[in-house]
Amino acid sequence: MATSFTLNGKQVTVEAAPETPLLWVLRDELVMTGTKYGCGIAQCGACTVHLNGEAVRSCQLPIGAIGTGKITTIEGLQGLHPLQTAWVEADVPQCGYCQSGQIMSAAALLAKTPNPTDEDITAGMNGNICRCGCYQRIRAAIKVAAARGPAKVAA
Amino acid sequence: MNAPVRSFEPTRREMVVIAAVAAGGSLLIGCSQADIMSLGADSSHFGPFGPFLRIDADGTVTVVSKHIEFGQGSHAGLAAIVAEELDADWSRVNVVQAPANTKVYANLGFGAQGTGGSSAIANSWMQLRKAGAAGRAMFVTAAANRWGVPAAAVSVNNGVVSHPSGKQASFADLVADAAKVAPPKDPPLKDPKTFTLIGTDRVRRKDAHAKSIGKAQYTQDVHRPNMLTAMVAHSPRFGGKVASFDASAAKKVPGVVDVFEIPTGVAVVANNTYAARQGRDALQVTWNDDKAEKRGTDAILASYHDIASGKVTPVGDAKWQVFDQHGQTSPPAGGKVVELTYDFPYLSHAPMEPMNCVAEIGAGAPKISTGSQIPTMDQLNTALIVGCLPGSVEIETLFAGGSFGRRANFQSDYVVECVHIAKKVGGGRPVKLVWTREDDMTAGKWRPLTHHAVRVALGEDGFPVHWRHRVVSQSIQKGSPMGGGKLDETAVEGALGSPYLKATPNVDGQVSMPVSPVTVLWWRSVGATHTAFVMEHTIDQLARAAGKDPVDYRRALYRKAGADRQLAVLDLAMEKAGDATPGWTRGVAVHESFGSVVAQVAEVKLDGDTPRVGRVVTAVDCGLAISPDQIAAQMEGGTVYGLSAALYGQITLKDGVPQQRNFDTYRILRMTEAPHVETYIVPSGNPPSGVGEPGTPVIAPAVANALLVLTGKPTSSLPFVKA
Repeated sequence: MATSFTLNGKQVTVEAAPETPLLWVLRDELVMTGTKYGCGIAQCGACTVHLNGEAVRSCQLPIGAIGTGKITTIEGLQGLHPLQTAWVEADVPQCGYCQSGQIMSAAALLAKTPNPTDEDITAGMNGNICRCGCYQRIRAAIKVAAARGPAKVAA
Repeated sequence: MNAPVRSFEPTRREMVVIAAVAAGGSLLIGCSQADIMSLGADSSHFGPFGPFLRIDADGTVTVVSKHIEFGQGSHAGLAAIVAEELDADWSRVNVVQAPANTKVYANLGFGAQGTGGSSAIANSWMQLRKAGAAGRAMFVTAAANRWGVPAAAVSVNNGVVSHPSGKQASFADLVADAAKVAPPKDPPLKDPKTFTLIGTDRVRRKDAHAKSIGKAQYTQDVHRPNMLTAMVAHSPRFGGKVASFDASAAKKVPGVVDVFEIPTGVAVVANNTYAARQGRDALQVTWNDDKAEKRGTDAILASYHDIASGKVTPVGDAKWQVFDQHGQTSPPAGGKVVELTYDFPYLSHAPMEPMNCVAEIGAGAPKISTGSQIPTMDQLNTALIVGCLPGSVEIETLFAGGSFGRRANFQSDYVVECVHIAKKVGGGRPVKLVWTREDDMTAGKWRPLTHHAVRVALGEDGFPVHWRHRVVSQSIQKGSPMGGGKLDETAVEGALGSPYLKATPNVDGQVSMPVSPVTVLWWRSVGATHTAFVMEHTIDQLARAAGKDPVDYRRALYRKAGADRQLAVLDLAMEKAGDATPGWTRGVAVHESFGSVVAQVAEVKLDGDTPRVGRVVTAVDCGLAISPDQIAAQMEGGTVYGLSAALYGQITLKDGVPQQRNFDTYRILRMTEAPHVETYIVPSGNPPSGVGEPGTPVIAPAVANALLVLTGKPTSSLPFVKA
């Protein structure tokens, strides 16, 4: 069955049942593998994407529920988001597997709260687990990116 | 300063005695293990600069890493060692992963190709310095010949070769000539005092960009034409076997291609991951639990207590073994005695990327793509199933989303499972095995459930005169190529070798290692995950009993034991910590593991019953620091990993069935609870030692020691927060 939705600014159509989680459509059908599988129960945040600018867990979002909503993935940031530059400068990633989800959560946070306090950062990032324990560098990188002003790519 | 204890002569623990050696028999006498494991491998195609270094026509330098990168920054550190001796331009240095080739890429500490024991930098140190220095010498010779000047007058700086006359050439200009120079066997190495890259903050990760834009390639991301995706239904209990299964519903799921039994369960093979999952959910399997572990963790732990207390005398494999006995074994009469017991739960490694593998079997050489931590074992275990020479198995090692020990297992469990499925599918068709989080968490290979019982008699001066120590823990190495029949040091390391035991005149330390079908494995810092806690929390309780300050108490024992490095890290951490932050209570701990010594001063307060950890001041002696930035990253991450387990980590069994299956019940530390870790490195001229693991085991006892001050109550079991 064909389902269409907007992905990173482009209309895509996939042959998949409407109950299929977006995560698996992205990864297996569209081969956009930046969005990761970590738990499948919305506990770890590795699969975080944006639905109309809000951070959501794509493992829990059936493609049939997207409708006219707009999806943005890590690929949609095109490596141009100030967070991505700050991530590299602070050497945030270790194993790196959770970082797409971390950056998507942080991008949604900054879009809404351009100058977040420590509490804002904690609240915005608490749904994302990092087993390597990069939290203090994530926090530092978000502050650096925030200080540089708004993103020039649609997040 | 004492030299680090770790040397790279293979020890019993580190020597991987490959099972195939026995199978190969007398035909192969005279070959080393590495030779045998390389049979069938093609070693003929390394370039002019050898197996660790490639230099392109445009001057780009590529360092070939024999070690996997799964977070610890080894790729950056290894590349920096080569770049330093080569005098390359660091901004033009790349890193690629070596293929599997035991002879060429063996870990010099293991005799097999593999990463573990925080050894990547340490075992490669001289090897890669020589590789870089040989490359440099080749450029120098090429330039001297071209310019008609003595080689001694030619220098190399940041990728530019020059002569005082003003002549200059880049690596790109000279590489064709340099490639024709015979590589020197013993090239001169730099005096470390002249290093310009190593030890600076310029040594940063080479993979941070790819990992920040979603482009780093993990096994989970592999897509190949015609690829199938498989999931496996495993026994809910350890030791359970398939009795029968009904695949009719599973086969009706759109996208499911086949369902069949393999040695570890029932495989569902499908066109994509979602279909494989749906198919497995629809599968009906009946399990035979005749030989399965059916006890709960409470019963297993109770049996450990019975052994330690002497109520039950362990027999067979569990018989008491001595790990440290000196002086009098029986305690003195009278005097002050402190008796303590400790319980530690099973722990899952739970790396962010659950275990997975891609295999292509049945057309040409077997091919494996995975985050291979011990390629030699993955080659051997694949060869045993396929029936081929181990060296002929091609392994593409990809980035792995963490391991923390999980991927370093002698059974190659998930690789073997994938190979069985791909062999049945046949024709070289790619099969990706995907474990769900639940599969990963319940598959075992956990940190062993462990019990310690300690009885210390104090002398009149308040210091230990007799230390009786009993450890009950399942052996990690039993049955493995590293097992042998002797003491499994991984169960006691950290107690074994402790400066406190060295400073105690009479010690009786013994370990019992009961057997269970539950599978156990090294978990980041291995024995230190429990021994560091026991030794460091015990010391604070002894100091308390003696009416002494715990930091001064440690200092006195370190002086007695000649533990200069422990003393130095403790002093540095205390100095940097300064005064305690108002409202927070401090705990201190120090522990040596993998040749490195770490001291932490942790600031703790209680939020209800839950400890909160704020500032953590860390001092580390890891020998010569290659990348201060990545050493700090490992101290930060290791602390979070250790604290996560200390606060919440435990896997329990009910009637043999794991009760924690995902992150909803196996709680992981999140940003709100993450401490702020400051790292200070002790300057050292010793060779580099490990940093991937030594940052993990120190935080738990530091927190327990702070809680002892806060509440007056000792901690006798982890996690601190019971579910």
